[in-house]
Amino acid sequence: MIAVIGLLIGVLAGLFLEPTVPLALQPYLPIAVVAALDAVFGGVRAHFDGIFDDKVFVISFFSNVLIAALIVYLGDQLGVGGQLSTGVVVVLGIRIFSNVAAIRRHVFHA
Amino acid sequence: MSNDAKRRSAQLVVAVLLALLGFAAAAQIRLTHQDGSYAGQRREDLIELLDSLAAAAERTQKQIDELERTRSDLLSSSERREAAVEAAKEQLAVLGILAGTLPAEGPGVTVTITDPRGAVTAASILNGVEELRDAGAEAIEINDRARVVASTAFVERDGVVLIDGHEIRPPYVLDAIGSSHTLSEAVIFPGGLADEVSRLGGEVAVKEAAVVEVGSLHPVDPPEYAQPTDD
Repeated sequence: MIAVIGLLIGVLAGLFLEPTVPLALQPYLPIAVVAALDAVFGGVRAHFDGIFDDKVFVISFFSNVLIAALIVYLGDQLGVGGQLSTGVVVVLGIRIFSNVAAIRRHVFHA
Repeated sequence: MSNDAKRRSAQLVVAVLLALLGFAAAAQIRLTHQDGSYAGQRREDLIELLDSLAAAAERTQKQIDELERTRSDLLSSSERREAAVEAAKEQLAVLGILAGTLPAEGPGVTVTITDPRGAVTAASILNGVEELRDAGAEAIEINDRARVVASTAFVERDGVVLIDGHEIRPPYVLDAIGSSHTLSEAVIFPGGLADEVSRLGGEVAVKEAAVVEVGSLHPVDPPEYAQPTDD
């Protein structure tokens, strides 16, 4: 419950505070958001599996975001930033899909 | 730490992380929608975009140049054509007055020859016409019916004057367009038309006018055998 309220507060703050994203962060923010989403869906799945651990969630959240940003940064340095960020998004998308499928099985038993 | 407190702190951490995620996602969505499609794009993509835009601009500029050239070509050719049409119209007017196919008006004289005795002949009228021509008459008509042109014939049959087939009866009225003073001098000079007619018992009256109308036309058939040659 508190988690959902936190999410709402974050979204509202993002909408009404109108933050400006620093230029240096602009290429990494979308990838970071997708990576964090992956971590969140993984956490929800763990919750339904009854193995949720807040320490694991926090670590996976930050490591996901950092690794995704790192890969994109490395890609930018190597001149393949566009392709690498596409690859990261694809991988994270697949993981999100499989996590959501597991969640769906728990919720709808189907 | 009790189990309850531990759960609450765990939920708090999760809430904070989710708030962070929501904040970042909202910021990113705002950025994507607000700053147009170019903000946050990679440098290589932007450079490629710029290159393609530059190429498109170059192509368009080339097209503009080409179209402008075509336009100026068309303009100059239409100007030339207009000038030619203008010249042709001018020539048409000149030739029309010369050939008697156009009505004309301008300063000139009206020469009235009265002939109570019926002694004035076609030859006398021709004489008068030639004197008017010598004095620079540009268009002449007789009795508002016969336009005098290069091929006009003066004939007399049974005492009636025929000019190009028109029966002309006295009094003979010659309308001539030209310098009115010179024309009237040409009619009344000693030994000229006036003297000749008065010797025959008639009388010549010359009236100078600012506007003389020559309204009769000389029908022209297109030449059947003669063809114009180039230059």
